[in-house]
Amino acid sequence: MSRRISYREALREGLREALLNDPRVLLMGEDVGRYGGTYAVSKGLLDEFGPDRIRDTPLSELAFVGAGIGAALGGLRPVVEVMTVNFSLLALDPIVNTAALYHHMSGGQFSVPLVIRMATGAGRQVAAQHSHSFEGWYAHIPGITILAPATVRDARYMLAPALSDPDPVLIFEHAALYNMEAELGDEEPVDIRSARLMRDGSDVALITYGGSLYKTLAAAEQLAMRGISAAVLDLRVLRPLDTGAIVALTRQCRRVVVVDEGWRSGSLAAEVMARIVEHAFYELDAPPARVCSEEVPVPYARHLEEAVLPQPEKIIAAVEALLGVSS
Amino acid sequence: MIEFRLPSLGADMDEGTLLEWKVQPGDILSKGQIVAIVDTSKAAVDIESWHEGEVARLLVQPGQLMPVGTVMALLLEPGETAADAERYQPDARLPASADAASAGPMQSGPVMAERRAVSPVARRRAGELGIDLQGVSGSGPNGVVTLQDVERAAGAAAPKDRPDGMRHAIAAAMSRSKREIPHYYLAEPIPMARALDWLAQENAARPVTERLLPAVLLLKAVALALRRYPEFNGTFIDGSFHPASRVNPGVAISLRQGGLIAPALFDADRRHLPELMRDLSDLVKRVRAGSLRSSELSESTITVTQLGDQGVESVFGVIYPPQVALVGFGRVTERPWVEGGKIVVRSVLTASLAADHRVSDGHRGGLFLAALRDLMQQPEALDAAPSGETK
Amino acid sequence: MNVQDVKIGILSVLASVAPELEAELLVPDRPLRRQVDLDSMDWLNFLVGLHQTFGVDIPEADYARLVTLDDIERYLFARLDRPQS
Repeated sequence: MSRRISYREALREGLREALLNDPRVLLMGEDVGRYGGTYAVSKGLLDEFGPDRIRDTPLSELAFVGAGIGAALGGLRPVVEVMTVNFSLLALDPIVNTAALYHHMSGGQFSVPLVIRMATGAGRQVAAQHSHSFEGWYAHIPGITILAPATVRDARYMLAPALSDPDPVLIFEHAALYNMEAELGDEEPVDIRSARLMRDGSDVALITYGGSLYKTLAAAEQLAMRGISAAVLDLRVLRPLDTGAIVALTRQCRRVVVVDEGWRSGSLAAEVMARIVEHAFYELDAPPARVCSEEVPVPYARHLEEAVLPQPEKIIAAVEALLGVSS
Repeated sequence: MIEFRLPSLGADMDEGTLLEWKVQPGDILSKGQIVAIVDTSKAAVDIESWHEGEVARLLVQPGQLMPVGTVMALLLEPGETAADAERYQPDARLPASADAASAGPMQSGPVMAERRAVSPVARRRAGELGIDLQGVSGSGPNGVVTLQDVERAAGAAAPKDRPDGMRHAIAAAMSRSKREIPHYYLAEPIPMARALDWLAQENAARPVTERLLPAVLLLKAVALALRRYPEFNGTFIDGSFHPASRVNPGVAISLRQGGLIAPALFDADRRHLPELMRDLSDLVKRVRAGSLRSSELSESTITVTQLGDQGVESVFGVIYPPQVALVGFGRVTERPWVEGGKIVVRSVLTASLAADHRVSDGHRGGLFLAALRDLMQQPEALDAAPSGETK
Repeated sequence: MNVQDVKIGILSVLASVAPELEAELLVPDRPLRRQVDLDSMDWLNFLVGLHQTFGVDIPEADYARLVTLDDIERYLFARLDRPQS
């Protein structure tokens, strides 16, 4: 039976299902219990599952991410919530130096079946310190899987495969998406290895993920009205990248624009473009292009913040430049 | 060193495919000599030389598609040797006079021997199709050759696409005309009894191979009227009118498979009617056979269209840029006509003028049509020996 | 030269003027120039072709009698016969 739910509710349902199905699963983080989560994702879970499984932690990412790693090594299946991506910088050492490396450094004796969730992205006027998109950084690290659910369906169903992965999985939830609603069917399992084609097209491939997906789909819609057929690929999984899907769509459309809210230099977009050039150079009818955030701290003022981020108009302009047409 | 470039043979031509060279290195060219046959969207055109000199190098191969302005061959100037030609690097840029549409995509600045910008997939596809990229014009940003350009060039290489190409070329020229030229239209009935009677008499004495058509009388009358009203005979280029020194009406000839071409009848004002008839007949045959000379396509100074014959009563034409006028003739019909207070039946034809208001006004246009009407009342004078007067 | 030869001769001249023509679609007793798009130049070339093929001169005054293929065939056949008989 299909029903309409929000991205936030979908995340909560996924958590609840995991807590119900596996007694080893617990949720820990700042304000996840009594407050119900900074983004209200875990509202009601404390009442249902009790303080042993829904644990409020001290304000120390270093401590509670480290505790999550210990719990995972000890046989539990912890889901650690980091409030926003900027706070995860305080836990970079346990994530990069411990969680991502233990399987390797133990010669395969230990795995860290840990899931870390965090909010990412800008667009809500929370200023420079809470508007980062660092998922591209994390996608640089071998040993962890990086997920970017952009749809209600992925928000609902990505947690289960993440929890069954024997190694650490980081889930980046774009903060602008929590209130988004969509129709959801009953049983829609998803994988955490492949990209998904959201709109088919023939003139240009728009490759994106996370909060930029809807701006990209809006751009594709407007391009269609101008007679330009744009395909839209949702990467979903930022590490490992679905190179096969990227190359296939490049071959289909011959022109590519990558849309990525991260800063341009050293961005995930740069990696996607590099793979296109490595694997599909002779399929290209134009150089790959990208629309990223301007390389400045994200401003507080709304109009400035909007000017800094990828927007449908910028995507349209990039496509038209590739095609040599002007609006 | 003389660069022999592909000329534009009209507002609707921006490229051509070399079919055949008619000269080879070592040949001495004279002006007007046919250098090559180039397939345009209209016809296989004999390209004439407007230079004199020895042919040193041929730079394009048969089958190659070239934008207008492409250096096709190098000719030696007096004192130069073949070794000079070997060393000579033709300037890849198109001359400033080339049509803006074809000059647009080319890079500006020093581009001597620079590698063409070709997209990777276009280069690969060109290899698969055996297309020489030198002859492919680029439509991408900054003139990049795209996959579509290669595939279009591959399509153009197949001559069967000509009707499509011609439709495209006519569409481009006529759109430009209606966009740029402020047309005004005038019409005047022309009594044809005298002309037709004179013609019947004249033809009775002629074998079928030498008979004259009314079209020839009309063309001659137009040509003579243009001498008196030169503002309808010429071209409008770069914001000003350039009157033509010769009267070369382009005769609109429809093709049986669709489309039309309006090649020039040179110096129509100075020809005897039988000569004009021979030229017209020859022109029609060659248009239908698809074999024309470049000067016939590029040097007409006005267009004359006759949908008469089996067709309509009147025609109001679209001027062929950069010309400034078009004369249209309808069908000869029998109409009630008032003469000396009585209604009589007369053979009448409607002549129309479409003219460029930037160059002329309706008053002068009316006088031109009146002159045309009067000339048609003295058919014997139309055949008079060309007067000594020249322009 | 029999009637059939005349018919074939006419059609071959016609085909040289209007190569796209499908001769089997022509109705012999209907006006020819309505069925085949012949302008005055084509018509003249057609008559010149007939002249060259059959050696018959066709004065302009006779044009009005040459409306259908049947007309033309009869006209030519009559003129061909005369010197033979």
